[in-house]
Amino acid sequence: MSMVRVRFFASYAELAGCETTAVDLPLPATVEDVVRRVREQLPGTRALPERPLTAVNLRHARLDAPVVDGDEVALLPPLAGG
Amino acid sequence: MSHLTRGPISIDVLVREVGGPERGGTCVFLGTVRDAPGDGGVTGIEYSAYDAMADAEFDRILAEATKRWPESRIALRHRLGLVETEEASIVIAAAAPHRAHAFDACRYVVEEVKKRLPIWKKELRADGSALWVDPHGRPAVVGPE
Repeated sequence: MSMVRVRFFASYAELAGCETTAVDLPLPATVEDVVRRVREQLPGTRALPERPLTAVNLRHARLDAPVVDGDEVALLPPLAGG
Repeated sequence: MSHLTRGPISIDVLVREVGGPERGGTCVFLGTVRDAPGDGGVTGIEYSAYDAMADAEFDRILAEATKRWPESRIALRHRLGLVETEEASIVIAAAAPHRAHAFDACRYVVEEVKKRLPIWKKELRADGSALWVDPHGRPAVVGPE
């Protein structure tokens, strides 16, 4: 099993009702598995897009990217910097 | 050093950071908060970020630009928190021996920032409502606050 820290920002934090959570997953696991587990744990996140933008350990990551114990996965609303 | 700041951005400081006797062209880009009278008027934007990733992404973009234009020097700041209409939310200064590379490097950085930075904005409207901005679609109403 692996414990992954999940972070939410901006509108996604409002939907989730929190800024961070943790999910426990059997390995091997992907970012997509993390998103699926988050939807199960936090009903508000079911309103998120099916394929949200994500990052792992401060880098943009695809949904099929692997995650390991201790990773930080972030769910990113549409980017609006500048 | 963080590229994020909660106070006004000093253009002079950034220009000094990139200046030097061998660089004869400096290009400065300012992104300012604009009003949107057609949408009820915008009084300001509340910026928030995934701070650690934003700084990491800024560093990666600057490293890429410096690799493409090795003789350039580039500095930037992005504001967080409330930025009122007409104030700068981002300033990028790029200096190079000649103007073409200064323009090119500055343009590269601002375009990559738009594509990659984990920064979000909530528009504050004159009627007291607030809307998260999705640059790829319509903002979603979440106010009034």
